Amino acid sequence: MNLNAVKTLYQAEMARSLRTVLQSVVSPVISTSLYFVVFGAAIGTRISEVNGVSYGAFIVPGLIMLLLLTQSVSNASFGIFFPRFSGTIYEVLSAPMSYREIVMGYVGAAATKSIILGLIVLATARLFVPYSIEHPLMMVLFLVLTALTFSLLGFIIGIWADGFEKLQLVPLLVITPLTFLGGTFYSIDMLPPFWQAVTLANPVVYLVSGFRWSFYGIGDVSPVVSLVVITLFLAAALAVVERIFRTGYRLKP
Amino acid sequence: MHHDPVISVERLSKTYAGGFQALKEVSLEIRRGEIFALLGPNGAGKTTLISVICGLVNATSGRVLVDGHDNVREFRAARERIGLVPQELTNDAFIRVWDTVAFSRGLFGKPKDPDHLEKVLRSLSLWEKRHNRMITLSGGMKRRVLIAKALAHEPEILFLDEPTAGVDVELRRDMWEVVRQLRDSGVTIILTTHYIEEAEEMADRIGVIRGGELVLVEEKRTLMRQLGSKELTLHLREPLEAIPAALGRHALALAEEGHALVYSYDASEEDEESSGIAELLADLEAEGIGFKDLNTRQSSLEEIFVSLVKEKAQ
Repeated sequence: MNLNAVKTLYQAEMARSLRTVLQSVVSPVISTSLYFVVFGAAIGTRISEVNGVSYGAFIVPGLIMLLLLTQSVSNASFGIFFPRFSGTIYEVLSAPMSYREIVMGYVGAAATKSIILGLIVLATARLFVPYSIEHPLMMVLFLVLTALTFSLLGFIIGIWADGFEKLQLVPLLVITPLTFLGGTFYSIDMLPPFWQAVTLANPVVYLVSGFRWSFYGIGDVSPVVSLVVITLFLAAALAVVERIFRTGYRLKP
Repeated sequence: MHHDPVISVERLSKTYAGGFQALKEVSLEIRRGEIFALLGPNGAGKTTLISVICGLVNATSGRVLVDGHDNVREFRAARERIGLVPQELTNDAFIRVWDTVAFSRGLFGKPKDPDHLEKVLRSLSLWEKRHNRMITLSGGMKRRVLIAKALAHEPEILFLDEPTAGVDVELRRDMWEVVRQLRDSGVTIILTTHYIEEAEEMADRIGVIRGGELVLVEEKRTLMRQLGSKELTLHLREPLEAIPAALGRHALALAEEGHALVYSYDASEEDEESSGIAELLADLEAEGIGFKDLNTRQSSLEEIFVSLVKEKAQ
């Protein structure tokens, strides 16, 4: 295994974010904090408790998931798309690195960034709303699995995209709606029965539910189901990435 | 004579997804320590050949051995020996010279070695620019940075894809000097070019590729001797209106409105004393045609190349 190479790629990707710290760290933290101010501190006090949790505290796990999903996808997709677009990818592809090592470098860095962001936002939320974490280890597990899975998805999008438009398309048209409809701001038992059933087809519901369970011990579905769904999702993403490299799709004619 | 091949390309073919066949059963051996120039018009398959060897393009059939290592099954051993300088000036605009060169070394799995990087940067006159961002460099400097990146991991083999495309004459001379120094340090160099001048200046051996086929591989000197036709131009005292019948057996043409006679002959036949010059001069004497000056000219590699490509096309 070429650990030096993985480390080099990982560090270069992390350094790229540090160069643009305003855009990659400060801006998502501020925009997520605004949700806490508006929905948590301001409006939240007028909304009744959800399953025994104050509304402000209820949305904390959902918002962190929202941030995690969008940041993982955008970090990872840009991370691989940019070198493809500029042509510098030749160097990575001609280096003595296996496909898995390339994925570890790019996806590892993207996932790390979104986990760091998630933790920053978690700490920031403390300033606006009180919350507790019942199962901290499970919380970390959900955080890591979600960041990894969606960074892999972003990596796939970054390889599939042949222009900046496509790069934005999936995050805007798929990820964001799924997240908003995934129980970030509400518990799905607030919905009419028909929409409850439809919502269960949304994978984000399971992520938010599992993550929220690790905070308050409550969720729309059992945490085991959440864990199974995200693991399946991770396996599917890995299979697609494996196939991309085996066929050389968009990388190696 | 035994030559130790550092790269063996065996019956390599590449057909792209669109159906375009870029390489047709190309076989080639690169000798350790030589400068090999791959010469061919645009679209002939030069870059595809390099890309397959370096692992950027999958071959359709055939195989490549780098120092005895299959470049697919033993890709690590094969690739760590190779440095590649691509044709396009690709770079991350905001990265600094030092960082991008250090990045290249790391990607190839080598431990950090600032002394080596300094040596490389100094040899390419980049040391003063090491803290500059790529975007602030001129085209020639960017090209040097790409070479520095390729040399950062101490490769045994260096591929230069059109190293002097778009580079001014002075810088081109500098680049050639850099390449020679590299060869002297033991690096095998394969360069592609469509500037014949470049191959003529640099190469030990030349391969000509056309339409995906390697039409010729030869020592540069042999090539120029074998294929070199020569011309003898005689500047006449009195202009001629036509070539006298008595000179009909010589391959002559009139030039400069009858003021010059041009005699074409094959340089490779010189050894066999049948260049025909002596006979021609004797015949001229007999006809009473005097000349005040003469000169001979050997055709350049460019002419050889053009005639070769034309010949194959017919």
